[in-house]
Amino acid sequence: MGLEDAAGNLTPLDRELLNLLQSDFPLTGRPFAALGERLGLGEEEVMSRVAALKESGIIRRIGGIFDSGKLGFTSTLVALQVEEGKLREVAAAVSAYAGVTHNYRREHEFNLWFTLVTSSAEERERTLKEIEALPGVRALRNLPALRLFKIGVNFDMWENGEANSDDAP
Amino acid sequence: MTLRELDKRIIARLQGDLPLVPEPFAAIAREVGISEEELLTKIRGYLEAGVMRRFSTILRHHRAGYTANAMCCWLVPPERVEEAGRVMATFREASHVYQRPTYPDWPYNLFTMLHGKTKEDLYRAAAEISARTGIGEYRLLFSTEEFKKTSMEYFKQ
Repeated sequence: MGLEDAAGNLTPLDRELLNLLQSDFPLTGRPFAALGERLGLGEEEVMSRVAALKESGIIRRIGGIFDSGKLGFTSTLVALQVEEGKLREVAAAVSAYAGVTHNYRREHEFNLWFTLVTSSAEERERTLKEIEALPGVRALRNLPALRLFKIGVNFDMWENGEANSDDAP
Repeated sequence: MTLRELDKRIIARLQGDLPLVPEPFAAIAREVGISEEELLTKIRGYLEAGVMRRFSTILRHHRAGYTANAMCCWLVPPERVEEAGRVMATFREASHVYQRPTYPDWPYNLFTMLHGKTKEDLYRAAAEISARTGIGEYRLLFSTEEFKKTSMEYFKQ
């Protein structure tokens, strides 16, 4: 659905290529040749079309999408109540952590919300303690998911990064 | 699945982009110092173990016009969480539905990320969810400023 909306100027062949690229990328020595065989195109033609789709911004990347939990990482959502005058400073300090993937100001008493991915409970606790101690932070509430009812089934069309289907903001 | 140093190097690399060359897996294998066949075997192993959800092409967000989003937080009686969560999950406007802990100053326990074309769409979706679930206490939290939005880079050296 999203693709058709945004890609009205794509040729039917490009759409077919995108569908193939998304459904099963060949895990073989010459994947672009394999894709070409299915589309009746040469390897070079497939590669130049993929290059064009990257150039136009339709393709973000070709690669692996990993399960953060199975890699040993845990994620959580955190709500902060920050003094208005200090919000930008605190937001910058929070964003500086590599494990912070999303960080937004929201219209609420809890005015700064971020997701934090860490490789251990200790790292999470330490990071949260550091953030809680930042000047201007009045309250910090750790809100890890207790239960998932739905995790971005069609997340490609939403705003979240593809690696964040399990730690959405 | 135990991840060794080699696995971490491979995973870090596979989070990046596949090189656009005739033999991209051979190129990555050279980078991490193994053979192409070993790399492909590793990738199949990650997929089987579920460590890797899929190896695929990731598109940019292209749902033209769907730019409004809000975190909608619901105050649901504990005994109704299960049922309400399931109903919320059926709404196509809701991309994520989670149960999270509560605090005296944060009583909302179910979270839905709502998406639409306008703010009005989101108010309407929330009202529909409210009507369908019978949960009347909720808050729509719109994001008013984005400070960071990125993908996690696992095992980045």
